[in-house]
Amino acid sequence: MSAGTTTHDSAPSGVNYLTNGYSLKSWLLTVDHKRIAILYLISITIFFALGGIFAAAVRLELLTPQGDMMDAETYNKMFTMHGVVMIFFFLIPSVPATLGNFLIPIMVGAKDLAFPKINLLSWYLYIIGGMFGLYVAVSGGIETGWTFYTPYSSTYSNSAVIATAMGAFVAGFSSILTGLNFIVTIHKMRAPGLTWGRLPLFVWAHYATSLIQLLGTPVVAITLVLMMLERAFRIGFFDPALGGDPVLFQHLFWFYSHPAVYIMILPGMGVISEVVTCYSKKGVFGYHFIAGSSLAIAVLGFFVWGHHMYTAGQSTYAGVVFSLITFAVAVPSAVKIFNWTATMYRGSIRVDTPMLYALGFIGLFTVGGVTGVMLATMALDLHLHDTYFVVAHFHFVMVGGMVLAFMSGLHFWWPKMTGKIYPEIWGRVSAVLVFLGFNFTFFPQFLLGYMGMPRRYHAYPEEWQVLHVMSTIGASVLMLGFVLPAIYLTWSVFKGKAAEANPWQAKGLEWNIPSPPPTENFPAPVVVNEEVYAYSHEEVKALV
Amino acid sequence: MNEKTLPLLPESASNLSPQIDALMMAELGFSVFFSILIFVLVTVFAIKFRRKSDYDVTPHIHGSLILELGWSLLPFAMILGFFVWGTTVYFKAYAIQPNDAMEIFVTGKQWMWKVQHPEGPREINELHVPVGRALKFTMISEDVIHSYYIPAFRLKRDVLPGRYTTMYVTPTKVGKFHLFCAEYCGTQHSGMIGTVYVQEQSDYEKWVAGGDESMSARGEALFGQYGCVTCHLPDGKGRGPSLVGVYNSNVKLQGGNLVKADDAYLRESILNPRAKVVDTYQSIMPTFQGQISEEGLLQIIAYIKSLEKEEGGQQ
Repeated sequence: MSAGTTTHDSAPSGVNYLTNGYSLKSWLLTVDHKRIAILYLISITIFFALGGIFAAAVRLELLTPQGDMMDAETYNKMFTMHGVVMIFFFLIPSVPATLGNFLIPIMVGAKDLAFPKINLLSWYLYIIGGMFGLYVAVSGGIETGWTFYTPYSSTYSNSAVIATAMGAFVAGFSSILTGLNFIVTIHKMRAPGLTWGRLPLFVWAHYATSLIQLLGTPVVAITLVLMMLERAFRIGFFDPALGGDPVLFQHLFWFYSHPAVYIMILPGMGVISEVVTCYSKKGVFGYHFIAGSSLAIAVLGFFVWGHHMYTAGQSTYAGVVFSLITFAVAVPSAVKIFNWTATMYRGSIRVDTPMLYALGFIGLFTVGGVTGVMLATMALDLHLHDTYFVVAHFHFVMVGGMVLAFMSGLHFWWPKMTGKIYPEIWGRVSAVLVFLGFNFTFFPQFLLGYMGMPRRYHAYPEEWQVLHVMSTIGASVLMLGFVLPAIYLTWSVFKGKAAEANPWQAKGLEWNIPSPPPTENFPAPVVVNEEVYAYSHEEVKALV
Repeated sequence: MNEKTLPLLPESASNLSPQIDALMMAELGFSVFFSILIFVLVTVFAIKFRRKSDYDVTPHIHGSLILELGWSLLPFAMILGFFVWGTTVYFKAYAIQPNDAMEIFVTGKQWMWKVQHPEGPREINELHVPVGRALKFTMISEDVIHSYYIPAFRLKRDVLPGRYTTMYVTPTKVGKFHLFCAEYCGTQHSGMIGTVYVQEQSDYEKWVAGGDESMSARGEALFGQYGCVTCHLPDGKGRGPSLVGVYNSNVKLQGGNLVKADDAYLRESILNPRAKVVDTYQSIMPTFQGQISEEGLLQIIAYIKSLEKEEGGQQ
């Protein structure tokens, strides 16, 4: 391996960020971005498990057409808390707050993020928000749906709406501060020689994500405040009985919450760009197009929120504009898929665990994308809006896309983060289980949706039971696929083989330093004099 | 029809159903083509270019502008076709009112659907309509947002509190079909369901004849009961403007603006009379907010509409 970057590899025997202090205080008051990433990793894993338990309750209830396992109100609480926990406390922080936090300073050759203390503050805000969430879960729950639609949430619901909204509100600031930290770090702290054109695509994806976090999250924060004011003090914003407009809430809510979908998926796309190049042992195809498509998604993503509202009573003409822009935003996503595929062409491909997950991502995200095109078509929404077709679509993007990308990245950088190698065979078994279980869970839901099964239904007509049973069986396999990594990854921390600095022969600054990295990341200042993804030995400037 | 050969499709029972199914099939073809293309390429590459040794040498192919433009613009051009097609069908359902559409008035409330037919019959969680006749749904909610969804018609629209929404469809097949609430509306959301009965015209007429007073007759009774009649004299000499012939006419407001006296305007003028006051009249009408149910409001509007017809006949 030719080290094209000038760093002095220190002996791995020295103190690393994990061995630099063992006290609880050394963790809870740390300003080391790597330790904060680990704190996030532990916290989001707990919330992912919690959200999974809620999902299991939903799937079990739907085994039979009658609402017989729990009453309707409990069921409504289960799907609501599944959504709230998974979106606000798992998906949004997942890759940026863990892998992004750990890797971005290292990838740009810096000692830490621009504002280490603010980074710690982000984690505490996330935890405070999460505590609101846990309080709600144990104190009776919430049943408005994660979308908090008014006037149901602001006037009619008897559940813990304000506490939940406060949780999302506070966690939002965590997201804003992380975005701010990344933007400043990427602008100001790149090592000499690390030009914008040499930034790993993982960093580009996080840059685009951070822009959305910074510009979008304040809007949902304001919206939630308005909703809470209406609920607590009967100040009319959204309830027509108080002179408000319920559709206004949906505009404000989706103005953030659609871009939030890209907050969730873009960092995952960044992971895939790193993994596909490494396991194809080949420079990336169309670097500028992949980087540019992240920015295009971030910008266009702000102008498509109305596609959630074709049937909601927004102007039919506004719908036309939203539909057109939504079709346009499909293009940059497709560009990424094609470029990753082209990167594999004439590569030297190994299908290890991270690559297995990445290939699963490409397949499932493609299905999520093309079904998104269907839902962008206004006429199809007349039939499909608020059915299981939509449920299946966003789970293909969020789980098939984002969660698989997270698993891919987690395995890819696990040796770097922990200094240990996980058992490869179990990694592959779980990746295959996740892929199969996922398809079994969510493919039947496309069929259910086209048959007309509305979402958020506690009971349903008998003719749909077979598909629901298939979905629940698939969910059990999927759950097993997620429990396994929790076991073998934890096992590897204690019993795993020690990892070398670069176990996968990957390129990038993080692989030039020991695993796990020392607290200061780089023993000496870094100078980058190598192009990004310098895997290949033969340069072919253009294919055509 | 198609649904026999495609058992995974719901029944097709409206003018919109075959159009939406055709569009869906076209997009499905497009989707399957691109998904299979990607699956095959990824799988073939993963096998054909598998790593033979750790010393494999790979070329760095930086990219290709032609390929990038090709795989951006070609699919985009194809989906623009779906955009135009989809928009056309959407407008048929929401924006283009068919001639002589039969009116259906829907009121949603937690957790039931109430329907009024202008001729009189009222029903709960059921809907009776004749086959082959264009329908106009005018819908409003008493409380939270609901959504009136008939999968066999491939049609839904949200039912909002405080404002009417409308949609148009023509049933094409006699039978019994599911009716759902598609917008989450609280505890018994999944119980806010019912049955749509599409009947032969003659059966429908028999069914309608079983109903009692017409909507406008009920509206006339309310018009008297709430004292509207004391000011809105038909000859225009009362303290309020005459409502004869006002429906769908252009009304001149204080300040000179014109407003079309449609359902939305009439409803607003009953609940919030000071919002748009008719020119030359004083703003003295009290609000009826919270006193008349949404169903009652629809009946009063139906009565005002009927005044137009009688007047037209007399002149």
